[in-house]
Amino acid sequence: MSGARETVLELRDLEVSFRLKGGGVFKAVKGVSFSIYKGETFGLVGESGSGKTSIGRAIVRINDASSGSILYKGREISGRIPKELDREVVRKIQMIFQDPMASLNERAKVDYIVSEGLYNIGVKRSEGERRAMVAKALLEVGLLPEFASRFPHEFSGGQRQRIGIARALIMEPELVVADEPISALDVSIRAQVLNLLSAIQKAKGLTYLFIAHDLSVVRFITDRIAVINKGEIVELAETEELFRNPLHPYTRALISAIPQPDPLVERKKVVMVYDPKCHDCSTDKPAWTDVGGGHFVLANEKEADAYRARIASGP
Amino acid sequence: MANGPAILEAKGLVIKFNLRGRTLTAIRGAGLELYEGETLAIVGESGSGKSVLTKSLIGMLDRNGWVDSGSAMFEGRDLARIKEERDWLGVRGKKISMVFQDPMTALNPLLTIGAQIREVFELHHGLSGKKADHAVVEMLERVGIDNPEERRRQYPHEFSGGMRQRVVIAIAVACKPRILICDEPTTALDVTIQAQILGLIKALQRDLAFTTVYITHDLGVVANVADRVAVMYAGRIVETGLAEEVFYDSRHPYTWALLSSLPQLGVKGRPLYSISGTPPNLFNEVRGDAFAPRNPKALKVDFVAEPPEFEVSPTHRASTWLLDPRAPRIEPPPAILAMRAKLGGAKLGGAKLGAVGGAL
Repeated sequence: MSGARETVLELRDLEVSFRLKGGGVFKAVKGVSFSIYKGETFGLVGESGSGKTSIGRAIVRINDASSGSILYKGREISGRIPKELDREVVRKIQMIFQDPMASLNERAKVDYIVSEGLYNIGVKRSEGERRAMVAKALLEVGLLPEFASRFPHEFSGGQRQRIGIARALIMEPELVVADEPISALDVSIRAQVLNLLSAIQKAKGLTYLFIAHDLSVVRFITDRIAVINKGEIVELAETEELFRNPLHPYTRALISAIPQPDPLVERKKVVMVYDPKCHDCSTDKPAWTDVGGGHFVLANEKEADAYRARIASGP
Repeated sequence: MANGPAILEAKGLVIKFNLRGRTLTAIRGAGLELYEGETLAIVGESGSGKSVLTKSLIGMLDRNGWVDSGSAMFEGRDLARIKEERDWLGVRGKKISMVFQDPMTALNPLLTIGAQIREVFELHHGLSGKKADHAVVEMLERVGIDNPEERRRQYPHEFSGGMRQRVVIAIAVACKPRILICDEPTTALDVTIQAQILGLIKALQRDLAFTTVYITHDLGVVANVADRVAVMYAGRIVETGLAEEVFYDSRHPYTWALLSSLPQLGVKGRPLYSISGTPPNLFNEVRGDAFAPRNPKALKVDFVAEPPEFEVSPTHRASTWLLDPRAPRIEPPPAILAMRAKLGGAKLGGAKLGAVGGAL
């Protein structure tokens, strides 16, 4: 799978910090590195406060990277960048937000919400062209072009999320950062939106960064997963490999805690608890290690040897 | 579990709300029994009426809502007929108490944790002074909060989400209620914390011997906690049975759709089973089976007449015309057949697993 694949986005030692009241600094993201390949769905999974959203927001440049770099197709896009590149990146990297109730402007019509990005990049277009683009984007997400003249409050949660997706699609992006796009939706609507995201990806060859806390959803939709804990990526592997051979104790704890819709399994289940003290880092510092076949884990040498042995002996 | 007489029995509850001059029927004739010591999970999407149904049992309906008809018998009283706030005080908090979804909003940010738990002991047990303090510390210890002597002097903002939910649970069980209603108790929490909270509620249930009702949309949580499951759709309970019966031998098309749309049961690379459309508008009268417009395999009769409740086993009932002897055989979706296969045709709750339609 890997090797000759085109890298769309690369993070190198990315750090995101926030200034605290009283002069301190809080590091939300500590030295994160990974690459996302063209056409794949890359999952970023962690609990609240793990820094997963900060990474997503740094990629679309809502948050500044305090150190390290973000490369889009090999070109640095963090910090000060030329105007030309800025314009390209604004188009090519789009974001879908978690809460469709909060992310749409209540006082604007759908027509404006969907085309706001077009106004902002300042390409001259006739009114007719713009309307046609809005109609096309709405059709692509399964809404009717007539909806353009309505306000967000006239729609259900699932429809609102579709509007959020249309707003991203109209910019013809290559990379879409989807931050918990279905967490706020009802169970029966989630499947609709997941199917829509997959269908659009297939039709347009999009690349997704899918940020979520729900491992069962992430398992279904992603090709590779990175698990993040307290601002550090602890494990990264192809999705099925990660579920077959979860190595880092944090990943194992997280997977063991997912509730399965199966009473017989649930009643026998033992939830593991992650204790950060289980790593002996006194002499042997943990490093980002490939334990085989693109399965990376944050481990010191002793742990890495144990992990390799575990993979060799089968799950 | 389901032995002995029911401690709470609701029959034909109809609950309506007045909204801007129009009447919305949120609960359209729901019945429910609760047995001593069991855990019942009520499942449904938002707007299905699961919260409204349980709120009516503790007199916490919004002011514009009322119980239109039906009964809810508990300890010889009909809860559906209680009108005065005074009369509720002997039930709410004391006999039936509730844990809410969001521990942020359930606690008063201006009072210390200790003061909020203490209130329960003062009001319902008449404790005061050192005795009340002692009870507070003991309660905090019981719900797994370290350093209770110090922690009780702190405010909610000094607690994490999981710890706050522990405090809310402490307040709810301080009166040793007979029934504890948990309304989406872990939805706002991380999965690892969720597992801890579910474990805590189970442990308290064992020690204090109360009956638990969970309201949730998360079928994973249901599988973890429930002895029995009730599936709600558009203000009615469409299927109810032992957890095994509802997960491995479901009969209502809505239950099928709900289970099939879970990503856990999906096949990667193929579209998930998805329910088209949205639930019916409860301002209008619903004709026939409320789920029929979203059910691609709905029968003609589903659009005309409301299905009665059919018994699948003594513990398992479903309201769908598919269970009528005259109904055609309709195969459930593949994900449901796969769930059935997990049990390998074993007997469930006294009923044999059979094809739908031939079960009666």
